[in-house]
Amino acid sequence: MMAKCLDHLRSKDGRWNASLALLTAGMVALLLTILLFLMSEAWPFLISADTGHGGNRLFTNLLQNPGWYPLEGRFGLAPMILASLAVMLGAILIALPLGLINGIYLEFYASAAFARGFRLLLNLLAGIPSVVFGLWGLTRLVPWITQWQPPGASLLAAILVLSLMILPTIALTSASALASVPRELHTGAIALGLRRTSQIIHIMLPAARSGIVAGTILAAARALGETMAVLMVAGNVVQIPATLFEPVRVLTANMALEMAYAVGEHRASLFASGLLLTLVVWGLSWMAYRLGRHQRKFARHD
Amino acid sequence: MIDRVFSTVVFAAAALVVAALVWVLTDVVSEGAARISWAFLVTEPRDAGRAGGIAPVLVSTLWVLVIALAAALPLGLGVAIWLSEFAPKQRGFAAYTGITLDVLAGIPSIVYGLFGNAFFSVYMGLGYSLLAGGLTLACMILPVFIRTCESGLRQVSDDWRQGAWALGMTRAAAVCHVLLPAARPAILAGLVLGIGRATAETAALLFTSGYVDRMPESPLDSGRVLAVHIFDLSMNVTGGDGAAYGSALVLIVLIVLLNGLAQSLVDNWFKRRISQ
Repeated sequence: MMAKCLDHLRSKDGRWNASLALLTAGMVALLLTILLFLMSEAWPFLISADTGHGGNRLFTNLLQNPGWYPLEGRFGLAPMILASLAVMLGAILIALPLGLINGIYLEFYASAAFARGFRLLLNLLAGIPSVVFGLWGLTRLVPWITQWQPPGASLLAAILVLSLMILPTIALTSASALASVPRELHTGAIALGLRRTSQIIHIMLPAARSGIVAGTILAAARALGETMAVLMVAGNVVQIPATLFEPVRVLTANMALEMAYAVGEHRASLFASGLLLTLVVWGLSWMAYRLGRHQRKFARHD
Repeated sequence: MIDRVFSTVVFAAAALVVAALVWVLTDVVSEGAARISWAFLVTEPRDAGRAGGIAPVLVSTLWVLVIALAAALPLGLGVAIWLSEFAPKQRGFAAYTGITLDVLAGIPSIVYGLFGNAFFSVYMGLGYSLLAGGLTLACMILPVFIRTCESGLRQVSDDWRQGAWALGMTRAAAVCHVLLPAARPAILAGLVLGIGRATAETAALLFTSGYVDRMPESPLDSGRVLAVHIFDLSMNVTGGDGAAYGSALVLIVLIVLLNGLAQSLVDNWFKRRISQ
């Protein structure tokens, strides 16, 4: 009787195990399906030989710049890749120092009550939809830049809006990286009689370095993949920007703008740029993961 | 002296950031509040959205959200339970699944939109529809939801598992009656993250659920969600800024309300489970 009962329980667990494992296999299938569909849609573009120059079209398009005239069969992605990188780097250049200093403020300067309020504000901002940031940038920031240097919708506007969007992430991750530094290091620095500035700059920041860098790389990945806010404020002219005040079009914006009517090789080129973007973002996330792991190890072996 | 300069810089930077963030928030709230009224919520948009309300847009938003959650919640919980309870060692297939989830979480939302268009809209023949949009969003929120639930379940102390085992519960019963209620905060956090991302998403829905601003009659109709409505009003409609701010405020309030609702629902459900 007892054995029969246990058998019954075991077989019930076995069925659970099997069906849940099947669900889990579905996740792997989902990733494979996504890759399969991106690849198969991008395939005509990836393999097509460029009759004018010879060789693979993707590489000639990346290295030379035939311009972006999809209706004439010219798919020069280079200006948009450069614009994506410029927007990302610009946003990091602004958001990293500001976010880092705000992380230091949260960890070392703010009173407990104020830190709680500040964190709440940062979390609230991190949760605001990107399209709302885009709306705000379009109706506040762009007219403001126009007064200064028309046309307003520009690389600068995109950089400013994006840096505002990734700032909360960088501030919160730097604060938590600083908090995970072993307490002994800080007390040791105090015991050595270092002044507060030196404690922070020479002891705490180097110790928290890999966590801060990991958070920054994640923010960069987010900036690169961000579509709506940049699409709304960047002006969307396909060109290599010469100054901060010129309109640019980034890769993600290009997909959002042209997907609706693209057919044939044009559509394939959009999927290829999506694939390219995904690979770059994966590379960045992998770097962040490696650095984050280093930080956790460091925090354990204190 | 140096200390004083440094702390001045720190306080100035903090003040600057707070000022910028408060500027954005007050702008959205004050501009939006000027537009919102009961009529704004329950009437159809007129004149390309410049006048009238957002009733069909709200309905489409809820449709997409319900479809996404209905697909993602059971699937996600199932996978999380398998990963933490049936494959706790994270070896072999389970390790590959973990990597898969992290890789999936890294795909930019616009690329999910491309995939959703190619797979759900074209290959499965759903066209531009609320169903295609909802399913695309489900794919997008699944990885983070699973990871959060899984880590919550893993953090439940083994004492609970051994206790359930000693009482002769099956693993399935232990999961339902002991472990899931114990991991409630993590499940809630995953749910809130998923709702936030799904409600705010625009790029993945542009070419899956579409632009049509009529009242949807079934999930197979195309419909415009709030985020797409904001985008369209501000980019393509001159003089649509006021209505766009109104919709933006509605969107933010909706996200806050849904988070509160998720919290109370999860609390209630698990309370019943424990007291049974």
